[in-house]
Amino acid sequence: MNFPFLPERASTFSNQIDALGVVLTVLTIFFSALVMSLMLFFAIRYRRGSKVSRSKPQHHNIALELTWSVIPLVLGLTVFVMAMIPFTQIYNPPANAEEIFVIGKRWMWHLEHTNGIRENNELHVPTGRPFKLTIISQDVIHGFYVPAFRIKRDALPGRYNTVWFEATRPGKYHLFCTEYCGTNHSQMGGWVYVMTPANYSQWLKTGSQGALTQKVETVAEQGRELFTTLACSNCHVNQDTVRAPTLNGIYGHPRKLLSGKIVNADDEYLRNAIRKPEDNLLEGYGQVTTMPAYKEDQLTEEQIHNLIVYIKTLGSTSGSPVANKTAPRTTAPAATVQPVGGTTILTNGTTPMATPGQPSTAVDSKSGAQTTSALSAPTRNIGSTP
Amino acid sequence: MSAAALPPTGIPASTGAQEPNYLNWSYTVKDWLLTIDHKRIAVLYLVSISIMFLLGGFAAMVLRLELTSPHGQLLTSEVYNKMFTMHGVLMVFFFLVPSIPATLGNFVIPLMIGAKDLAFPRLNLLSWYLYTIGGLLALTAMVTGGVDTGWTFYTPYSSVYSNSNVSLTVIGIFIAGFSSILTGINFIVTIHKMRAPGLTWFRLPLFIWAHYATSVIIVLGTPVVAITLALVVAERMLHLGIFNPALGGDPILFQHMFWFYSHPAVYIMILPSLGIVSEIIACFSRKRIFGYSFVAFSSIAIAVFGFLVWGHHMFVTGQSMYTSMVFSALSFIVAVPSAIKVFNWMATIYKGQVWFAAPMLYAMGFIGLFTVGGLTGLYLASLAMDVHLNMTYFVVAHFHFVMVGGATLGYLGGLHFWWPKITGRMYPEGWAKLAAGISFIGFNLTFLPQFVVGYLGMPRRYHYYPAEFQVWHVMSSAGASVLAIGYGIPVIYFLWSLKYGAKAGNNPWGAVGLEWTTTSPPPMENFHEIPVVTWEAYAYEDESEEQAQKDREDMPGAGAAVRQEAARDTEEGHPQGHPAAE
Amino acid sequence: MSVEVAETHEHYHDPHLQHQFQDMDQQNESYVVGMWTFLVTEIMFFGALFLAYTIYRRENPAVFFEVHHHLDVFKGATNTMVLLTSSLTMAMAVYYAQMKHRQKQMIFLGITILFSFCFLIIKGFEWKQKFDEHHVPGPSFSYTLEVPEGAHGVAAKIPPVTPRSAADMRVEFPKDTVVLDYSSKAQLFFALYFAMTGLHAFHVVIGILVMGTLFFMLMFKHPSVDYYMPVEMAGLYWHFVDIVWIFLFPLYYLIPGP
Repeated sequence: MNFPFLPERASTFSNQIDALGVVLTVLTIFFSALVMSLMLFFAIRYRRGSKVSRSKPQHHNIALELTWSVIPLVLGLTVFVMAMIPFTQIYNPPANAEEIFVIGKRWMWHLEHTNGIRENNELHVPTGRPFKLTIISQDVIHGFYVPAFRIKRDALPGRYNTVWFEATRPGKYHLFCTEYCGTNHSQMGGWVYVMTPANYSQWLKTGSQGALTQKVETVAEQGRELFTTLACSNCHVNQDTVRAPTLNGIYGHPRKLLSGKIVNADDEYLRNAIRKPEDNLLEGYGQVTTMPAYKEDQLTEEQIHNLIVYIKTLGSTSGSPVANKTAPRTTAPAATVQPVGGTTILTNGTTPMATPGQPSTAVDSKSGAQTTSALSAPTRNIGSTP
Repeated sequence: MSAAALPPTGIPASTGAQEPNYLNWSYTVKDWLLTIDHKRIAVLYLVSISIMFLLGGFAAMVLRLELTSPHGQLLTSEVYNKMFTMHGVLMVFFFLVPSIPATLGNFVIPLMIGAKDLAFPRLNLLSWYLYTIGGLLALTAMVTGGVDTGWTFYTPYSSVYSNSNVSLTVIGIFIAGFSSILTGINFIVTIHKMRAPGLTWFRLPLFIWAHYATSVIIVLGTPVVAITLALVVAERMLHLGIFNPALGGDPILFQHMFWFYSHPAVYIMILPSLGIVSEIIACFSRKRIFGYSFVAFSSIAIAVFGFLVWGHHMFVTGQSMYTSMVFSALSFIVAVPSAIKVFNWMATIYKGQVWFAAPMLYAMGFIGLFTVGGLTGLYLASLAMDVHLNMTYFVVAHFHFVMVGGATLGYLGGLHFWWPKITGRMYPEGWAKLAAGISFIGFNLTFLPQFVVGYLGMPRRYHYYPAEFQVWHVMSSAGASVLAIGYGIPVIYFLWSLKYGAKAGNNPWGAVGLEWTTTSPPPMENFHEIPVVTWEAYAYEDESEEQAQKDREDMPGAGAAVRQEAARDTEEGHPQGHPAAE
Repeated sequence: MSVEVAETHEHYHDPHLQHQFQDMDQQNESYVVGMWTFLVTEIMFFGALFLAYTIYRRENPAVFFEVHHHLDVFKGATNTMVLLTSSLTMAMAVYYAQMKHRQKQMIFLGITILFSFCFLIIKGFEWKQKFDEHHVPGPSFSYTLEVPEGAHGVAAKIPPVTPRSAADMRVEFPKDTVVLDYSSKAQLFFALYFAMTGLHAFHVVIGILVMGTLFFMLMFKHPSVDYYMPVEMAGLYWHFVDIVWIFLFPLYYLIPGP
């Protein structure tokens, strides 16, 4: 039986937070010891019957009161600032952080790397590279916690949370769920394997489940396929049309909503726009939308994430014409839109006019049908079954 | 202050068991269950709260036993989850929140302010019935299948996913919440309107200030959690999805509304204890509380700031970074009034005449543990540190230091302090000191290891845990069994003392304060004559040195000596001591 | 006012003086402070719901605006008038209680009770309508965006997708083209509506019970209603119930467009 005293330090935050812990522990021990020893000293020295001078007892002393109000206050606010600095860092991932998508569901963690490799209850990461976790839950609230990294973030249903880390020391570390989620809460967890970059690339080739059996599509590639299968591309073409805005280059840019609110088109916004388009109507597109709302049974969280990652890649290369070829594995697919099966339109975002006839065909053939089906019952009753 | 007169010892020496008091005027069940006497209601509360405490403690023992093994040998995960929920619900809603206000507060407040009763005696009785009904409903829910949400009832787990008896439990808590509200209203009105002539706000004992602050929190906070929990029930039964993301609601709103009450609720639990400690420290140091007005206003400051820090429970929920910063800064500020209290108590002991009676030992234990509990709270108020520690055993250890080491130790201290007044009997002093020592040691053994295992990353509410944490859990469980003994002993000797305890006399501690000027146990309407107060609170030093010497020689158990002394004082017509020397 | 009335009695001999009080002043003031403290708890009680309402309406202004058309403004306005009037009659009852005019006190209490029943009946019709329209949250809930007549076949009206130019920047879809899925947010609106008006109606019921009790006590000349305080307290409570409705009515029935 061993006596572990401190958790392993395996991320760039570990040292910072442990240092904060040292400061707090010193303060705690100092003041506890001060209070307890003073109390005992006074109590014993001034016990009943002890022959010590008790002359001039005081009952109030403003200077003293202010001293012991201001000193704790100043110390407290100092600690507050010290603790705030790493906290802001935890909130702001570096720009080059690679994204890992995390889904919490009772009672497992499902993780998806940008390169398309999926893992359950295990996470393999190399040292020396920042990773940003985008976390969501499919059911109740969970908490994603890796003690060795000193990071934790709740997985909420219906909303993304993010946190990031950069592992520093290879090893095998605990992954826990910290938000109580029902019967097997304590078994919802697993391991984080931190590897040297060399071992990691080896693992990518041979160790990871996907790599062993088949070629893995990147998340962006999967997203593009979905984009096509769901016929998103029928409406969201390379320019704004009266029917729908283009998605090229929107990621990370402000959007003006019908309500007048200006929101940043981030992951959260895009997710909401897919799940609840009626809540996110853009200004200039009327009071209603033809976009169907994709509920949980139509699109999983993972699929939505794939779509978002794909839309992000549209942003990065918007404006440059790219041929319809399968993009190389690690490069993002370009602003390619496939409105009708097989037919590719090469477009340039900067030129407003590009074969105007083509997209309207798309409406008639595919999305038209879809829209009509939605419209065939104008008094469509959407019952809710919890 | 110079004009301060003295508290009279005022009671005829012939106080005997025959004299009618609130306990012996009638023995029928009806007169107990339909009583509107605040003292009898306090006793009713004491009985029901003790039962709840024992049940909650039983659940805790089962948990600690189970956690000695990382693989959980006794229970299934389902039962384990129901056990910690039972422990949390019973201890928080049915023990800690009502414990001091409803028992000691109920008993002592009218006595302390020289009133015949609380302002609304029937409301007071109603409040006990609501508490009992709520408690019985919650217990029924636990016996008939249990509830597995944790005492926090986080949505959507509690509102959609849990298949256990959530609704019934929540309804029980809802009803008990109204019992709290009625008590709070009653105290506020009583303290405002029922004070004896001459008893100005700044002559009030600090126990009263603490209860006033507590009542304000109860009145402002409890309705919010009541409606929040009612919405959870509505969500389960009527499908009003106000917190359900699938129906457009927001589960985080639940957390905001829940902690808006439940963080101040921590102060509902601890403030009355702080009040008790002020009483005990002053009495057993034979000294006026140092910095009276600072201690009094720190209670009010805690009540006010306590309402502004709830967001520190939600640093990792994805709350906006700036929101978290504001809540964190405010949380550091709310620590200051508590620090003020602790330092003022130190200064009170300084140059006092410290008498190490059992209540004083409890109070000193309280100060030590409350200090550690408060300081470890700073870890959790620190933003980046909380990211690591939130929802781990560190949190568990921290709030147990405040709730068990603080609130419960204060409660026991107060119970010992006023036991002679409540029952007219002394508890056995030696056993009481022993129990205080055992509780203190057992408590530290139980919860210090949890700080370590929490920092190691052990999440709370875990049935199975990694084997490397086992050593700390075993230590904690061993401590818990010591702690259980420390709590068990008082139960036994309190019951024993009811029959065999020495007669206490009216003022076994030589304490000042109006409650000690009446008989023990007090008569039906508390005072034979409503006192007129002309002295400041804690007029201890008006006592002469000789008098203090006599006090020292009289052990409280030797009630006869104390009584004789009281008699002598009265006969000679000079109450204890002389006017203040200032 | 309390002073005046209290002094008409001899201290310590007033039959209404309860044992725990020293004199009638103390007793009356205690009642007033107690009642106001109670009303503070009531404000916090409703306050939590108002908070939830505020947050959700701020998040979904369009949906709330759209859905609120399904509430019957006429019935709501009528109910507002009914409650306001009942507050007046309650104030009259309190006045006559202080004047010790039993007959008129009973008359005005009676009228107030009638008004409150009236309120509940109108509310009942409103709720019935919601049940009929499946606007009650739960498994049977459904919400349909109002679609004008002839909406069938609107697909044909959808303009072809063309790249956007300055000329068609202003082109909008015809308003009646698409049925939106507002159900979740609409359900939220109705959940809040039922929670808040339900809680309010519950308070009205309590009010009726309190006033009814007082009415019968007056009828049978129960000694404790010689004393005006019970009626005054009931009056305070009733005005509070009224004020809550004054907030509920515009928040639900009169939402301005986004």
